[in-house]
Amino acid sequence: MKLKFASMALGAVMAAAPAMADLVFPSLSYRTGPYAAGGIPFADGYADYFTLLNERDGGIGGVPIRMIECETGYNTAKGVECYESTKGEGALVYQPLSTGITYQLIPKATADDIPIHSMGYGRTSAANGEVFSHVFNYPGNYWDGASGAVNYLLETNGGDLKGKKIALVYHNSAYGKEPIRTLEELQKKHGYELSLLPVDHPGQEQKSQWLQIRRERPDFVLMWGWGVMNQVAVQEAANIRFPMENFIGIWWSGAEHDVLPAGAKANGFKALTFHNVGRDFPIFDDIQKYVVDAGKAAGAGDQVGNVLYNRGMYAAMLAAEAAKTAQGIHGTADITPSQMRDGMEALQIDEAKMTALGMPNFGPAFNVSCQNHGGPGLVGVTQWDAANQTWSLISDFKETDGEVIGALVAEDSAAYAAENNIEAACK
Amino acid sequence: MFYREAGDFKTNYADDNQTFPIRFDRYRYYAVMLFAFCAVPFLINDYWVNAIFLPFLIYAIAAIGLNILVGYCGQVSLGTGGFMAVGAYACYKLMTSFPEINIFIHVLLAGGVTALVGVLFGLPSLRIKGFYLAVATLAAQFFLVWLFNRVPWFYNYSASGQISAPERTVFGIAVTGPNTTAWAPYLFCLVILTLLAIVARNLTRGMQGRKWMAIRDMDIAAEIIGVNPLKAKLSAFAVSSFFIGVAGALFFSVYLGAVEVGEAFGINQSFLVLFMIIIGGLGSIFGSFAGAAFLVLMPVLLKNVLVGGLGWPTDIAAHLEFLIVGALIIVFLIAEPHGLAQLWRVAKEKLRLWPFPH
Repeated sequence: MKLKFASMALGAVMAAAPAMADLVFPSLSYRTGPYAAGGIPFADGYADYFTLLNERDGGIGGVPIRMIECETGYNTAKGVECYESTKGEGALVYQPLSTGITYQLIPKATADDIPIHSMGYGRTSAANGEVFSHVFNYPGNYWDGASGAVNYLLETNGGDLKGKKIALVYHNSAYGKEPIRTLEELQKKHGYELSLLPVDHPGQEQKSQWLQIRRERPDFVLMWGWGVMNQVAVQEAANIRFPMENFIGIWWSGAEHDVLPAGAKANGFKALTFHNVGRDFPIFDDIQKYVVDAGKAAGAGDQVGNVLYNRGMYAAMLAAEAAKTAQGIHGTADITPSQMRDGMEALQIDEAKMTALGMPNFGPAFNVSCQNHGGPGLVGVTQWDAANQTWSLISDFKETDGEVIGALVAEDSAAYAAENNIEAACK
Repeated sequence: MFYREAGDFKTNYADDNQTFPIRFDRYRYYAVMLFAFCAVPFLINDYWVNAIFLPFLIYAIAAIGLNILVGYCGQVSLGTGGFMAVGAYACYKLMTSFPEINIFIHVLLAGGVTALVGVLFGLPSLRIKGFYLAVATLAAQFFLVWLFNRVPWFYNYSASGQISAPERTVFGIAVTGPNTTAWAPYLFCLVILTLLAIVARNLTRGMQGRKWMAIRDMDIAAEIIGVNPLKAKLSAFAVSSFFIGVAGALFFSVYLGAVEVGEAFGINQSFLVLFMIIIGGLGSIFGSFAGAAFLVLMPVLLKNVLVGGLGWPTDIAAHLEFLIVGALIIVFLIAEPHGLAQLWRVAKEKLRLWPFPH
């Protein structure tokens, strides 16, 4: 029986054998499970941008794009299966949209010479390109997020947080634990009080955490949540009448589906971001024309312009620009994963480029280098308007505490380098 | 025609008591072993190893372990995920504390640590039975996961709470870490599985296994005929946890390479292994293999057929996968409540007589 299964599975794999001369972008998405609410719009945005490039420009540099979607369900074991099944097809870059899967892929992909782009998630110290040669997390990471949130609070409180209480509600996983160290360092510097409230997977049960918040009355609540955890947290905050304008989510905790269930009570909830929100960009006309109206939109096609859709689109745009850069460097249109890595390392995004792509002021301008895989770490703040059901940018992209973060990145990446005997990669 | 006993004479007790008394069956077993050890390593690539063979081999170890406890000794356990986590974290601590010692020994030691923890959580089984015991082991599941999340010593104070396996070698060939060649981790797991399966088979058909089965069938009667329930139950917990701990250690170090305790060793894992032995067949070593194969291979096969073969959207395929696997489980349990192992037994009985059933 085992053999029969095996031969059938082999047949199925063979049936999906690759066609030659295309640029393969795997999309390790999750449209099922407790994190699907966030996974679907991101995957749709990622897919639609590549569809747009194929339909409008005939791919990148004349070579068509082939996107392979693989369902991970936010599960690491399935993530491994997806990685192994797609890497043989010439996958150029992996964007797993899961910190757990990213951790797992970092050593594997590095050994296989395939780059990973964990945009705003994954292992923060991967910003150090000397150690993590194949991992990129530009334009911002969790520690920038933590510092950005604290900076925003400083700014709105006259530059002083002494004696204020900040509570961090976080997903009890590698993802949620990332900001803790930064917040603790910043605590020493700014003198606020930090309390930590972990929420276990998947996050539907948060009564006790919010009871504690009600009792301790922190001045501000930060949240590192994802999936169903976000909407539950917003609802619970509304239930204990916590002032929404003092409740700030990381960029993974601030999309439409997170706040809509709480209705008008969610008004004023804030979230960090590293890219712009809304549909006010010329690119959406093209997406409407070439993708949605042509019936080629991914998924149900109802996510266009959502926060996470925009993020997926932004991720695809950065990948496509890196591929273009790689084509330029190596003088070939049909690039390999290794050449793609060079392209990512030489990526330059400026305002003129984004305007030409129909995305003016969509994200920060930045340059990637061999040493710095993390980008500038500029963080903005958005706020939810429940009456109009829109997110709007209320604080522009600003610098974060590079001194504190830089030291932490150096420390954590040095520990990784020591564990794995990695020599500095840059010349 | 097949499975013929005619002419297969046994002249001593050892022959009569062997695992595969029928000659055809025995040769089939040798052929499978030969194929698994000598042919498969040359045929597989990364995908086959990481998506199919490693999960199958490792879950088979866990399923054998749980089968000893649930199938042979009748003590229901929902703590498998937690015990696998103990194995994984023990292996991680050993690997990082004593890097010069062979990984093979670490894996076995991790099993030993899990056995101790298993005995500890098995103590309530002396007082409570059935569903109540299941709830007690469920507590172990939640407690252990909480513990590994809570105490930074277990994950060497890393910022994210993740543990990742450094590269370790056996005879100079890497079996953990990213730079492995496909066959090395496969053979490593296969050797351990083979050893443990032989141990399990011989334990369960010997005196110890009979004690366990006596406890399972009726504990008061067993006590009257001289089986010590304390020793029998705790030894079942120890042996079962040893197997599960080894599976957890391999799951972390060889298969995934980096794990997060809540995600990799959550309650889902406990249910998955329990389903494996229920579908495969309680109280059967072969059933553990069959159940593991069914629940590991079925989703991968369905995914490849639906997405790769038919080109369906991934979300519909993923949902259908749940439906189909769920429906198959129900069908199997209605058609054959004793699992795949019983189907196999019936098939063998039929084959013995075939083609002249009367």
